[in-house]
Amino acid sequence: MSEPILDIRELHVWYGQIHALKGASLTLGAGEVVALIGGNGAGKSTLLRAISGLIRPREGEILLRGCSLVGLPAHEVVGRGLSHAPEGRKVFTALSVEENLAMGAWVLGGDRTRIDRQRERVFSLFPRLLERRRQLAGTLSGGEQQMLAIGRALMAEPQVLLLDEPSLGLAPILVERIFATVREIHRAGVSILLVEQNARGALALADRAYVLETGRVALSGAAADLLVDERVRKAYLGEG
Amino acid sequence: MEFLAQNLLNGVSIGSFYALVALGYTMVYGVLRLINFAHGDLFMWGAFLGYTALTAISAAGLSPGPWVFVPVLPGVMIVLALAGVLLERTAYRPLRSAGRLPPLISALGAAFILQALARNLYGASYKTYPSSVSLPGGVRILGDVTMGTTQIVAVLAALLLMSALHVFVHRTRVGTAMRAVSLDHDTARLMGIPVDRVIAGVFLIGPALGGAAGMLVALRYGSFDFTLGWTFGLKAFIAAIVGGIGNIPGAMLGGLILGVVESLGAGYISPQWKDLIAYVLLALILIARPGGLLGERCAERV
Ligand SMILES: Nc1ncnc2c1ncn2[C@@H]1O[C@H](COP(=O)(O)OP(=O)(O)OP(=O)(O)O)[C@@H](O)[C@H]1O
Ligand SMILES: [Mg+2]
Repeated sequence: MSEPILDIRELHVWYGQIHALKGASLTLGAGEVVALIGGNGAGKSTLLRAISGLIRPREGEILLRGCSLVGLPAHEVVGRGLSHAPEGRKVFTALSVEENLAMGAWVLGGDRTRIDRQRERVFSLFPRLLERRRQLAGTLSGGEQQMLAIGRALMAEPQVLLLDEPSLGLAPILVERIFATVREIHRAGVSILLVEQNARGALALADRAYVLETGRVALSGAAADLLVDERVRKAYLGEG
Repeated sequence: MEFLAQNLLNGVSIGSFYALVALGYTMVYGVLRLINFAHGDLFMWGAFLGYTALTAISAAGLSPGPWVFVPVLPGVMIVLALAGVLLERTAYRPLRSAGRLPPLISALGAAFILQALARNLYGASYKTYPSSVSLPGGVRILGDVTMGTTQIVAVLAALLLMSALHVFVHRTRVGTAMRAVSLDHDTARLMGIPVDRVIAGVFLIGPALGGAAGMLVALRYGSFDFTLGWTFGLKAFIAAIVGGIGNIPGAMLGGLILGVVESLGAGYISPQWKDLIAYVLLALILIARPGGLLGERCAERV
């Protein structure tokens, strides 16, 4: 594998007395889709929030194309080419679909041509958003909100995309749609770190995967291998 | 009929000032979930700074006509905008992660400081703007319903400032970012929005509008003293609550309703009872809609 675009080394995160990440390490290669799976409270969202600068790790290193992100204020991370679609969608409910996308394009400043081009891409990825562009995001269905959350993250022209449980709470047919879109975004050249509880879907999509258990990487490897791994099948694929 | 129209007109006029001040409370609450008790006193300072500028112009031997508002009003707005940012930096930002109570205490402290400063520097007596700054005459609106020219200009200025704010918040990138920040700080940060700077921006705009309101209120009512922030400012705060605190159109609506109810109460019942009537009605509105008229329907998520 070539030089990783995102390199996380021995990350420790604490919430007060809670040791949420206990030396987690992970890499994302350029052009890869890497899945991060694990049960509730394993620390998956914590890892993504640390990468984006929303929480500061106590120890460890986060390198994006070789440059450290640790200590960088959260609002400066996205400008480095890394977008994060957070858990629970977190669309700006009282803003319209278009305004949400405009906020996603914040780092493009006033560059209208780039913003318009990116908006076209998002609308062609999610035609539903085009139909609803003047609607308030809070009035969208859960699936539409997820599309908006992903579309909004894409507005910043990221090279790396962090997705936190995009399939959460969606009907199976929509989960399919979302995963298909993730594949399409990947084909367009974006490297993706995908956090999922839906381990089967995520492993089918990813090149490689990590299993996080109570703040530590318990397993990692090629997604195809983990899909048939005894421990993964038992714990995360619901098989005997 | 004419009596009703006259009272409605008075109500809209006073209500537009309540609204202008209420905006400052509601915008800060929107982005910080903080009641900026010092806002009423910044508003009061707007009246005093205007007084200082106008008396200085008189002392310089120039007779200050109505034209002096053209430089003085923006000047006062700029000074208060800077004061607002200074307030945020010193009294609120250091306490940002300290929970909800410490910033509230800090706000009260700042309010007392601003008030004490005004009393000590200007004295406790009532102040009046030189009468030469008022526009003469009045306008007959219909029948016997009239409005002083000064009043009309003051109300139009208030409405103009509110429209400008509305356009800013809804049609510009930074304005949209302010709304995004009031919905969710962390997600705004993920978009690259510099949340601290956006908050500072709110502390520029709110006190600037409040300062303009201070001058306009002083002009319209003739006299004021250092308690203006508590008397008039508190009502503006209540207007913000009634409209749904955190909600910008709500603050405007709340201000207008308070002004109209007060004015009708004074006209039809008695000026002594106008506050009581207004507050009872506002209490009823809040009982029916605890989040305010345009506020979130359910109880606040903390
Ligand atoms: N703000 C917080 N304060 C204190 N503890 C927290 C906070 N956020 C998360 N934690 C704790 O850190 C641990 C990891 O949480 P995290 O949200 O990262 O898990 P997760 O793997 O994303 O779980 P899920 O799949 O349920 O989203 C949990 O034990 C959680 O209780
Ligand atoms: Mg999570």
